[in-house]
This record gives sequence, C-alpha cells and structure tokens, in this order.
Amino acid sequence: MPVLLGISFLVFLLVHLVPGDPVRVMMQDVGSPEQVERVRRQLGLDRPLYEQYLSFVARAARGDLGRSIHTRRPVAQEIAFRIPYTVRMAIAAMLVAIVMGIGLGAIAALHHQSILDYGTMIVALAGVSLPSFWFGLVLILVFSLHLKWLPPTGADSLLHLILPAITLGSGAAAIIARLTRSSMLEVLRQDYVRTARAKGVDDRRLVYRHALKNAMIPVASIVGLQFAGLLGGAVIVETVFGWPGIGRLAVDAIFNRDIPVIQAVVLVAAVIFVFVNLLVDVLYGVLDPRIRYG
Amino acid sequence: MSVTTPATRAGRSHWTIGFARLRRNRGAVGGTIIILLFVLASAAAPWLSRDDPTQTQFEQRFAPPSGRHVLGTDSFGRDLLSRVLHGGRLSLSVGLIAIAISDVIGIPVGLITGYRGGRFDNVVMRIVDLWLAFPGLLVAIAIVAILGPGLQNVMIAIGIGGIPGLVRLVRATVLAVRDYEFVDAARAIGGGDAHIVRAHIFPNVLAPIVVLTTLRLAGAILSGVGLSFLGLGAQPPTPEWGAIVAEGRAYLREAWWVSTLPGVAIFLTVMGFNLFGDGLRDAFDPRLR
Repeated sequence: MPVLLGISFLVFLLVHLVPGDPVRVMMQDVGSPEQVERVRRQLGLDRPLYEQYLSFVARAARGDLGRSIHTRRPVAQEIAFRIPYTVRMAIAAMLVAIVMGIGLGAIAALHHQSILDYGTMIVALAGVSLPSFWFGLVLILVFSLHLKWLPPTGADSLLHLILPAITLGSGAAAIIARLTRSSMLEVLRQDYVRTARAKGVDDRRLVYRHALKNAMIPVASIVGLQFAGLLGGAVIVETVFGWPGIGRLAVDAIFNRDIPVIQAVVLVAAVIFVFVNLLVDVLYGVLDPRIRYG
Repeated sequence: MSVTTPATRAGRSHWTIGFARLRRNRGAVGGTIIILLFVLASAAAPWLSRDDPTQTQFEQRFAPPSGRHVLGTDSFGRDLLSRVLHGGRLSLSVGLIAIAISDVIGIPVGLITGYRGGRFDNVVMRIVDLWLAFPGLLVAIAIVAILGPGLQNVMIAIGIGGIPGLVRLVRATVLAVRDYEFVDAARAIGGGDAHIVRAHIFPNVLAPIVVLTTLRLAGAILSGVGLSFLGLGAQPPTPEWGAIVAEGRAYLREAWWVSTLPGVAIFLTVMGFNLFGDGLRDAFDPRLR
C-alpha cells in the first residue's frame, strides 16, 4: 500500500513537471486567454498541486482515472478495454520465454562445453541483442508476407498472437536460458545430485526431479522481473503488430499530449508490476520451502 | 610446489591480468572488432558514402540492393547505406550520452550512499526501490511523454531511467569494500572521507562499474532506437537507425530491404557490445557471473 501511494505520487509528479501548458496544447493554440482559463478551471488544473494530487488519488482509488483530453471518454473504460489485450500478449510471451528459456538453458547445461552448449549460448546472446521492432518486422516478412502462414497484424484470433508473443518473448527467453544454464550447472555440482547418481537414480529422473526443480529457484525470481520488462517491451511490439493494448494507447497519448491517459497507463503498469512481484514472492515460497520457514 | 616470485607479481596488476584474459576470450575479441567496425564506419560516414543521407531522388525510389546502392534506396530514393552510416553516429551517440548521464549522477550517489550508510542510505534506497518498480523502458517513455519527443529528450530519459540500477550496484560494491582493513588503515592514519572514497573505495568498485557500463550501453542503444522507432526520438528526415526501420515499415511488402537491412546494423552493434561486456565481466569480475 505505501508502495502504491509512492508510485501514485511519482506518477503525478512526473506528469505535472510538464513544460508547456496541456490546456494550450489541447486547444491547439486557437482559444482566447479567457477560453483557456475556463477550460483550465473545468479540468481543475488551476488548483494548487497538492489539492490536485489528493483528488487524483481519491478518484483513482474509486477507479476514476479521469477523462481522456483527446477522445473525451473515461480513461478507466479505455484501459479496461485494452488491458486484456496487453495481458494476453504478455502471458503468451512469458510462456514462450519460459518454455524456450528453460529448455535451451537445460540443454546447454546438460551438454556443458559441447557444441550444443556454445551454440545455445550464442543464440541466447543474439536474443538479448535483438531490437524487438526489427525482429517483429522480419517475422512478419517471413511468416506473413512470404510463407503466408500467419496474419501480419490485428488481434482477432489466437493465430494473431503467435508472432507478437515470439517477438516479445525472445529477449526474456534468452535471459532465462542463460540463468537456467548457470543455475543448473551449479546444482549439478551439488552433493545431493552426486548422491542420487551414486544411488543409481536414472538420468532422466535425476534431471527432472533433482536438478531442474532446484535450479528453478533463482529462475523463478527473474521470471517476475522479466514479466515487468515485457510490459515495457509491449509498447514497441504492440506498435509493430497493430495490437490494441495499453502500450499502443500510451504512445498515442504521448502524441496527443493526453495527460490523463499517460498518467493512468503508467499508474496501471506500475500497479500490475507490484502485483506480479507479490505473486512471485508467494510462488517463491511454494518452490523453496526454506523461505517459508526461514 | 610452484611459488610465484614477488618480482613477477609486482609487474602484473589486476588490470594487466584482466586484459590478458580478455585477449584470450574469443567472444570479447569478436565483440571488439564489431564495435570498432561500426564506430569507425559511422565516424567516417561522410567519406564512406557517395550520397547525401537526406538527398531525395524520386526516380531512384525503392531501388533494390545493387552495386550502386549497396543496401538499396527508400521511399524517397535516398541511399540506405549512406543513411545507415550517418544514422550510426546518432544511434551510438544516444547510447553513449544516455549512459554518461546516468553515470554522472548514479556513481556519486551510489558511492556516497554506500559509504555513509545510515538514514541517508535508507532514504536513497527507498527511492531507488520505488523507481525500480517501473519497467525501465516505461520510465523512459513516461519521461519522453513529459519532455516531448526528440533525440535530446530520449537521451535524458534513458539516462534517468538507468540511474536506480546503477546506484544499487555501486552501493552494493561499496558495501563489500567498505569494511576491508585497508580502508580502516587509511582512516587510522587520518584520511578524510573524501580521500578514502576517491583513493581507496572508487578504484575497487571501478571494475564492476566498467563491466556494467558496457552491458548497459547495449541496452541504452536498444532503448534509444526503440524510442525512435516509436517516433519519440529522431524526427524525419534525420537518419537514425530506429527511425529508418520505422520509415520502411509501411513498405515491407514492396521493398523489404528498407526496414530489414538497417536493422541488421542495430542487431550487430548491440551484439558486439554484449559480447564485449560478457568478456569484460569474465575477465575482470568473475563474481558477477
């Protein structure tokens, strides 16, 4: 709760440091000074900053995020419409990242210092170096325009989700792969793995039950962080694929100088982030009982 | 049993050993070559390119890659090779300046907060934690939203966005060094706080800072081109890597090269910095692995 208050304050402060007068931008410099004043009073922008902040928080707590200066529609309504799209894409991307990341990382660790290991790690390094907007365009070029397997843009079906999810998830997949590999190598060196092997536990069981499970503990914490990063990356990927999420909303709002929308998007993103981190902490306890009793 | 003689040890500092290790690291060497190639090519852009990067030639519209136009031309008939070379100057500078901005603020704050500790440290770290609650790119976007689109604001935004992570790293390294005996010794013989931080703490936290800076540079370049791609950074007709890719996006079907080939430059440059940064880390700071 104090975190949320702090975030709301930061968001508010951030937006109100705007040089340039939002009311003037909104009226495109055509209104007379009296008209500008009147609109300012209507929007409550003439009151002292602390009063504006208090009313912002009070209204935000009730789910009222103000009205878009541009479309005149309630911001909360707009965000509620767009959030499912962003969340859907982020979850799909996270699935891609987890499956590919853990898979590749485990393969690399189990074939330590072989060609498979080096190859996987080069792919992972390439993965963190890819500019997502470019990667997305290349995927569209290959899979939509040439092979015609998947639709290039839009958000109507699950098929539309595949390319954005791969684009958005590739960076996180690479990071998870690198961490899984090093964590797994660490675990494979542990005494209990050697004991299990000495007892004659077969390889597959050893990997799944003993090694992978314990190697996942540090990976779980980074997955939470990566999810937050995905929300940032979603802004770019949504633009590439014409995906109607909150990232696209934010970019449009920036061009329109639509302050209530910018404010709300940043606030909502931060709240999601805090929530995800909380979830990760809980999950952490499930994965690693030592934390619960510690 | 082999004993290292004092004579050979005295001649090999931490840095000498590190650089020797770095030279043996194939990835780091490859990364260095890629970086040098792009930096030199960008620096020499006016001499390397036959065409003006903003010169429009409508009769040359969408010329595919050829001997005359190695990377082809865009929707205005501008030579893409020339635009990519000139664009490198901007995209690389954006990354460098952004990192410089966060270093100038983040390093001193990290040093002071780590060294002083106490209530000051508490307050700073609270702010840092709060700040880190926002995804980095989103912070940058929010700041650009406030300052308005433009390359200069993009640099400031990415720079500011990078501060909290840096403060946290510098502080953590300072904490690890602060209680060493040589620091106590310096204090015992009457060294002042400023002297101790400058002469004893800073040199010992430099290695992780350098490593992180290289890796952050890769990220900063990516963020910079990303923001320009969104239209928040360089404005047309300025040649900038992200903006070039964005301009070609509408013509993906007719002229695939406009977006895809310039993007390769971004990918390779960032990969170069990542390779080099990974090599640096392995050579100088094995703890970070």
